[in-house]
Amino acid sequence: MPLKSEPVEVNIGPQHPSTHGVFRMVATIDGERITDVRMVVGYLHRSMEKLAEERTYTQNIPFTDRMDYLSAINSNLGYCLAVEKLAGIEVPERATVLRVIFSELQRIASHCMATGAFINDCGAWQTPVMYTFRDREKVLDLIEMTCGARITTNYIRIGGVAFDIPDEFLPALDRLVNDDLPQRFDEYDRLLVGNEIILMRARDVGVVTPELAINASLSGPMLRSAGIAWDLRKADPYCDYDTYAFDIPVGYNGDSYDRMVIRIEEMKQSLRIIRQAVHRLTGGPHKTEVPLALRPPEGEAYARIESPKGELGFYVVSDGGPAPYRWHVRAPSLINLSVLKEMTVGQTIADAIVTLGSIDINVGEVDR
Amino acid sequence: MPALLTLITHNWYDIRDLSNLSGKIEQLIRDANGPGWLVFVVSALLGAAGIVSFIGVAAIINIWIERRVVGRMQSRLGPNRAGPFGLLQPVADAMKLMQKEVLQPKVADGLVFSLAPIAFTVPGILVMAVLPWGRNMALANVDAGVIFILALTSLGALAVFAGGYGSNNKYALFGAMRVIAMLVTYEIPSVLALLGLVLFSGTMNLSGIVLFQAKYWTPLLLVQPLPFIIYFISSSAELNRTPADLAEAESEIAGGYHVEYSGMKFGLFYAAELINAVSVSAIIATVFLGGWWFYKLDEVVPGWMIFIGKIYAVYFLFVWTRGTLPRFRIDQLLAFAWKWMTPMAFLNLVLVAAEVLIWNETGVSAGLVLPLYAVINTAFAGALIVAWVKVMGPKFSRFPERLRYYSQIDVPSLPAVAPRMDEGAPGLTEGRSA
Repeated sequence: MPLKSEPVEVNIGPQHPSTHGVFRMVATIDGERITDVRMVVGYLHRSMEKLAEERTYTQNIPFTDRMDYLSAINSNLGYCLAVEKLAGIEVPERATVLRVIFSELQRIASHCMATGAFINDCGAWQTPVMYTFRDREKVLDLIEMTCGARITTNYIRIGGVAFDIPDEFLPALDRLVNDDLPQRFDEYDRLLVGNEIILMRARDVGVVTPELAINASLSGPMLRSAGIAWDLRKADPYCDYDTYAFDIPVGYNGDSYDRMVIRIEEMKQSLRIIRQAVHRLTGGPHKTEVPLALRPPEGEAYARIESPKGELGFYVVSDGGPAPYRWHVRAPSLINLSVLKEMTVGQTIADAIVTLGSIDINVGEVDR
Repeated sequence: MPALLTLITHNWYDIRDLSNLSGKIEQLIRDANGPGWLVFVVSALLGAAGIVSFIGVAAIINIWIERRVVGRMQSRLGPNRAGPFGLLQPVADAMKLMQKEVLQPKVADGLVFSLAPIAFTVPGILVMAVLPWGRNMALANVDAGVIFILALTSLGALAVFAGGYGSNNKYALFGAMRVIAMLVTYEIPSVLALLGLVLFSGTMNLSGIVLFQAKYWTPLLLVQPLPFIIYFISSSAELNRTPADLAEAESEIAGGYHVEYSGMKFGLFYAAELINAVSVSAIIATVFLGGWWFYKLDEVVPGWMIFIGKIYAVYFLFVWTRGTLPRFRIDQLLAFAWKWMTPMAFLNLVLVAAEVLIWNETGVSAGLVLPLYAVINTAFAGALIVAWVKVMGPKFSRFPERLRYYSQIDVPSLPAVAPRMDEGAPGLTEGRSA
C-alpha cells in the first residue's frame, strides 16, 4: 500500500526569528522541499506616503528615517535630493561632502547588520552578528556624536545637513576608518568568506539569473551578484560621487554567497570613499537656509540614490502648496523581495531562510 | 550511629575514593549483624545521591558556563548582574520559568507531551551510573558498559521525537522528523568509533577501559585520534548542538521540537540538554582521556576531581564549536555521516583489529608498540581525512573565486521607447561581456 502523503502549508512568520521583522511567507512544502511560496506583506504598514500629504516637506524627513531604519541617512538623503531637485535648491560644498561621509558610514552600518544577520540565518549561534554589531556600534557612535541619534537620525535636511560635525569627530573617524574597520573587514574575510560551512550553505542557494534580475527590476547587491555592473553612484551620480575613486564589486553567480561577499567588499570601498571625502572637507556653511514652510513650484521630481539595499527612489509632486501633493517611494527592499518565490521554490526550508537573509530586506521599507 | 560518625570524622581524608566509605559501611553493618542486602541498598542510595546532586549542580553551573564562555567568544560580557560574576543567573532563570504558566496545546497528545521532557532527562543521569569516578568508584560496574551508554545516549533522541510529535505542531514535527533521521544516521559512526576502543582495550567495561589506560600510561585519544573526532561529531549531532542543532534550528524552524513547551517543561528540556552534554563529555573523558587517571596525579588528588576536570575540558570543546560554527543543512549533515564518517570508522576498525592481532601474536612490549601505533593511527587518520577531502570534498571550481571590480560602468542612454525584453535588455550585455 502506498503511503498517503500530502503537501503541508507552513507559516513562516510574521512572528519568526528569521523573517527580519514581520514579513510572512506561507510555504507549501513536500518533506523538506518547498513547492510553493506565498508572500504576505503589510504587517508594518504605516501609510507614510499618504500621511506625508498632510505635512510640510521638512516634517516628512522623519518618516524616511522610519522606512529603512537600518540606513536612515540614506533614506533622508534620497528624499532631500528629490525635494531639492523640485525646489531648485543649491547645496553648499561642505554639506555635500558631509552627506557622502555619512551616507557611506551608514552603508557600512547597514551592511554590517546584513552580513551578521545573514550568517545568523545560516545557523551560527549569534556569534557573527555580535561581531558585526560591535563594528556597527562604532559607526553608530560617530553618527550619534554628530546628530545625537543613532538609528532614526533625521540628519540630512533640505538644503544641507542638520548639524556640522563636532571637533572630536574627525580624529574619531580617522581611527575608525584607518585602524579599526580595515582590521575587522580582514577578519570577516578570514572567518566568513572562506568558511567551508558557509560555502556549503550559501553557494548555489537562491540563485538570481541576470535575466530575472533585470526583468524583476532588482537593484543593489542583488543585481550586482547576478553579474551586472550597475551602481547609481556611478551610473547616475549624485553628491559628486563621480569624482571619487572607488570600485564596484560584481559577482558571477547570483547566489547568496556572492551577495554576502559583495557586501563585505562594498564596505571596504566605502572606507575608500570616506578617506577621500575627509580631505575634501572645506570651510563654509553646512546648510542653505530654506524657509520652514517650503513651497516648491508646481511640478514633479524623481531622485534616486544607491542605498545599501539598492535603488532607493523618491518621486515627489508639488502643487505649489506647503505639503507634497503626492509622494511615492521606490523601495528596493520590496522590489528585491518580489523574486523570493523564483529563488526559493525547489529548495529546502533551510535554504529559503538563507535566501531571505541574503536579500537583506527591511520590513520597515517593504511596508512603509 | 556514633560509630558511623567516627568513621566519617576519622577517615575524612579518604574522599579520594568513596568506595572506601561504602566498604567501611559494609563492615559496620556486618559487625552489627545487619542483613546483607542492607549493604547494597545503602551504598546504592549513597551513590545515587552523589550522582544526582552532581547532575543538579552541573546543570545549574553549565548554564552559567555556557552563557559566560559563549559571551566571551562573542565579544560581550555574558550574564554578570545576578550574584557574583552572574553566578545566580541560572537560579533566577529557573525561578522565572517555574512561575510561568505551563501551556499545553489543545490538540497535543497530552501523555506524550508531558512525558517527553522527563524521558529526555533520565538517560543523561543514568549514563553517570556506569562511569568510573575513581579506582573503585563506579555505582554500577556493568561489564557491558559501552553497550549500556550507547543505548542510553540514543534514547534522548526518542524523547525529542516524542516531544515534537506530541506537540502536534508543524515546526515541532519538522524537528522530530529531523531528529529521527539524525538518530539512525549518527548511531552507526558513533558505535563504530567506540568499537575500535573496545577492540583495543579488550573490554567493554568502562572501569576496565580506564584501567587499561592507567596501566599503559596512554590516554586512548593518542592511539585512536580518528574515533575521537568521529565520536565528537556524532555526539554533537545527537546532542542537538551547533553545527548540528537541526532539531531545534532556531533560525529555521523556530525552536523545533520544543516550540510548544513553556514554563518548567521547557526548563526541563533546557536543563536536560546541558545534562546530556555533561554525560557525553563524561563518556569522552572516560574512554578517550582516561577518566579518573592522570599519570601520577591521581595518587594525590581524588580521582573524581580529575574526572570532573576532564569532563569540563571536553565540555569546553562543545561550547567552543557551538559558539563558532554555522549550521549544516539536513541533507549535508546526513551525507557527511554516510559518506565520510561511516566508511572512515569502518577503515579505522579494520586497522585497529589488525594492530591488536599483531600485538597479541607477537607479544611485543607495550612501551614499544603503543607509541608506534599512536604514530601509525595519527598518520592514518590524517591520510584518510585528506583523501576524503580530495575525493568527496565539495567542489566549487565551477565559478571564479574572486569578484570582478568595475571602476567605470557603461550607462546605456535611455531609449525613447523602452525595448522589449526579447530584444535584449540594456545593461545585461555589458555586465556579462567583461
